[in-house]
Amino acid sequence: MAVASEAPFHVLAVDDSLIDRKLIERLLKTSSFQVTTVESGSKALEFLGLREDLERPSSATSCQHEIEVNLVITDYCMPEMSGYDLLKKIKESSAFKDIPVVIMSSENVPARINRCLEEGAEEFLLKPVKLSDMNKLRPHILKGKSKEDQQRSNSNNTIDFSTINSGSRNNKRKANEEGLSPERTRPRFSNNSTNSLTVL
Amino acid sequence: MLGMGAGRWEEDMSRLLALLFHQGVLDEHFMQLQQLQDESSPNFVSEVISIYFRESEKLLRNIRTLLLDRECTDYKKIGVYLNHLMGSSSSIGANLVRNVCVAFRAASEHCNWAGCLRSLAVLEHEYCYLKNKLHELFQVYYIQTICMHSS
Repeated sequence: MAVASEAPFHVLAVDDSLIDRKLIERLLKTSSFQVTTVESGSKALEFLGLREDLERPSSATSCQHEIEVNLVITDYCMPEMSGYDLLKKIKESSAFKDIPVVIMSSENVPARINRCLEEGAEEFLLKPVKLSDMNKLRPHILKGKSKEDQQRSNSNNTIDFSTINSGSRNNKRKANEEGLSPERTRPRFSNNSTNSLTVL
Repeated sequence: MLGMGAGRWEEDMSRLLALLFHQGVLDEHFMQLQQLQDESSPNFVSEVISIYFRESEKLLRNIRTLLLDRECTDYKKIGVYLNHLMGSSSSIGANLVRNVCVAFRAASEHCNWAGCLRSLAVLEHEYCYLKNKLHELFQVYYIQTICMHSS
């Protein structure tokens, strides 16, 4: 249990721009998250183990693919499947609807922002994303986790433990056992102010 | 002696960066790139900038090709390419290039062919300027690094 609580949170980042994927990956890693980046909504669903034709993760892929994702952060404007479409699909799935989703967009369109928030997005970040924006993510993950813990402790009173043999909790433990925790090195920033030009 | 040399290069880099900031060529998001570079990712800035150059030049070529035929210019596609260039420019702090894209996008939305050609010329000019200055910056940075390691 101690190991599970120390493992960093895993964020799935979705963006069709290679530069933005590189950036968000660095931003997240610098903020001590474990990161997986994908280039499209369909790849994101595939990673989650959620295929178009199935509502739940298929048992065939469950061994490889059920690495717990604690948060999805996605660009809004993407070809084929937009961030909004991806958000909808996640919220409509019984398996993943509780995963917090954050939307990023380079355009400040109130109607777009409201639409996403109404559909269940936790937060809307304006691009280009800053390091300080990463601090907004952890609260959403923790909020979800405490809700999950509460639900589990409620169900513990009514369900026999021995019948529980699936679900994200077991898979998280499995993922840790398989040695999937990433490097935890904390990067050191330059001590100089942001106006300084010393590059490490 | 080499130690003093490193200081001089650092001054040159400061001066160049200050100029680029003053001209509005770069903004604070470029500094964030530097903040994200560390021992675990020592080449982050040059990697990202290289990708930016490669992608931007491809986009600029594509846009120029689309404008070749006045009669059947696909303005919508130009808009898509411009959005991509705007996004990546904004992400790396290339403020001026991004702003030129905004003006260009307006011309494409009005299906203004002559306006698009003019905008493309400005865009190519500003992109070249940015590329040259960034190359200069990296040259100075690498010389500075060598001086520092030698002292």
